[in-house]
Amino acid sequence: MATTFNDIQMTEFKRLVARYPEGKQKSALLPALHLAQESFGGWLSTEALDYVASLLQIEPIEVYEVATFYSMYNLKPVGKFVFEVCQTGPCMISGSDNIIDYIKKTLDIKPGETTKDGMFTLKLVECLGACGYAPMMQVGKIYKEHLTKEKVDSIIAEYRAQATNN
Amino acid sequence: MGVKLLLDKANVPGIRTYEVYRREGGYRSVEKALKQMTTDEIVEEVKKSGLRGRGGAGFPTGMKWSFIAKPEGVPRHLVCNADESEPGTFKDRYLMEFLPHLLIEGLIVSSFALGSNDTYIYIRGEYAWITNILEQAIEEAKAAGFLGKNILGTGFDCNIHVQRGGGAYICGEETALIESLEGKRGNPRIKPPFPAIQGLWMRPTVVNNVETLAAVVPIINMGGEEYAKIGVGKSTGTKLISACGNINKPGVYEIDMTITVEEFIYSDEYCGGIKDGKKLKACIPGGSSVPILPANLLLTTAKGEPRYMNYESLSDGGFATGSMLGSGGFIVLDEDQCIVKNTYTLARFYRHESCGQCSPCREGTGWMEKILQKIETGKGEMSDIDLLWDIQRKIEGNTICPLGDAASWPVAAAIRHFRDEFEWHVKNPELSQTSNFGLQHYADPIHVPA
Repeated sequence: MATTFNDIQMTEFKRLVARYPEGKQKSALLPALHLAQESFGGWLSTEALDYVASLLQIEPIEVYEVATFYSMYNLKPVGKFVFEVCQTGPCMISGSDNIIDYIKKTLDIKPGETTKDGMFTLKLVECLGACGYAPMMQVGKIYKEHLTKEKVDSIIAEYRAQATNN
Repeated sequence: MGVKLLLDKANVPGIRTYEVYRREGGYRSVEKALKQMTTDEIVEEVKKSGLRGRGGAGFPTGMKWSFIAKPEGVPRHLVCNADESEPGTFKDRYLMEFLPHLLIEGLIVSSFALGSNDTYIYIRGEYAWITNILEQAIEEAKAAGFLGKNILGTGFDCNIHVQRGGGAYICGEETALIESLEGKRGNPRIKPPFPAIQGLWMRPTVVNNVETLAAVVPIINMGGEEYAKIGVGKSTGTKLISACGNINKPGVYEIDMTITVEEFIYSDEYCGGIKDGKKLKACIPGGSSVPILPANLLLTTAKGEPRYMNYESLSDGGFATGSMLGSGGFIVLDEDQCIVKNTYTLARFYRHESCGQCSPCREGTGWMEKILQKIETGKGEMSDIDLLWDIQRKIEGNTICPLGDAASWPVAAAIRHFRDEFEWHVKNPELSQTSNFGLQHYADPIHVPA
């Protein structure tokens, strides 16, 4: 996987940096890391972090300390689709435990693991602001809400089909 | 049917687009504020309205605005806090997703009042699709001449930028949010200096919640005095409540703060009662960090008076017998819910979200999580309950930011009101793994379904 932005990604990077005053380009770090993660296979390698540092003209350590602080940046390779299932209070009282158990069983992986075919990673996360539509999980940029076992089955099938079609 | 000032148009088809929003009377407040009012007059109207910060702390918005420093030649900034991460809270998401132009309209008026030419919306990173909705709305507003250079020919320039966070509850705290907006870890700053003096890039900055800024629109349209007539006492205007948990109708409701908690939970206009005909056990009425209340103290105060859905009534009795309106994240627990387990998941949440700067919070949240897990899994001892109480007391008030308090209060309230349930877990290590403590004396007898 390349760790440099292509032309389209570079245009987006420049749009992000242009939001901030002259000399305050470091402010674009969080959005730039999101862009890098999306561009470089869903995770951020040390090379990717160093690349972002060079683009923003800041020290690599300034990028590392941010990338390790926030929960959305993956510092290890992940599957093609990451199931981030909420386990906090409101989801828990609405049955998230059953959903998590069902996903573990169906995909035969534990939280933090990726299926052997590299398709799915399971992550347990804290509150994502979907408490009224619990239980829920995030997959990429999409929220999947009101989860039931049947719905989990159809979501897995949906992503498998998506992977086959691409 | 209560008064609706924010969500009254939420169901109009196409309201997310500029065209429909404008046709429905949108952006009138921008025309009024920019063409007919001075910046001081706008601040004065917001003061008169009695509007209090809707993010959770409830600080008077007009007063916060009046603190902003105006040194010569230094740019000022308005920052919209859309980091909504308090468990139980999803109202800002609803407002931004369905009425993006209402937020943009409020931001333009507020930016004008505060003199912000570059205004930032800091949105939690997970709300990725809402970022697109907001950016679309901003483009539409710009095309219509409500953003950009020389808005409505008044000479006022304003641009709004949306920045996604990286996943960190702490960035809802305003100085952590500013740090994050500067591209750093979300470590809260020591105050003073307050953001109004030295905030974003050390420039004077006001940080307001999404709902607060949206409320500026009706305040300008109807006038601060009229707005203040809605509600009761210091709880003026309307409040968005996001209701979740074991209720028939979870969702976001706009209330005028004169209704009782009982009406909110049981009427079909709001939560529609407890799901599956079960009984109400407990409720966390203002987001996960406010004290949990058992049913009897939720519906009536310790004095036996009905409790209302507003700032004063929900906090009546202090933490001994009351709670807080907070962010409006209303979490309802039915008779089958385990208080120990619920408290454990919240303790885990706060341990995960502690930024790690202050020892009492960094260490204490981890200890609380471990002890609660121990009790929950049937390995607890009686002394653990007192130890938990002791730890939360040593965190509260001893940290730079309120996350320490937010982590302590749920644990303290759970032990205060449900100590017998904790003791039952300790005394029944095996039984507690397969069955539930249940209701015991907590249920309000008048609401036992037939």
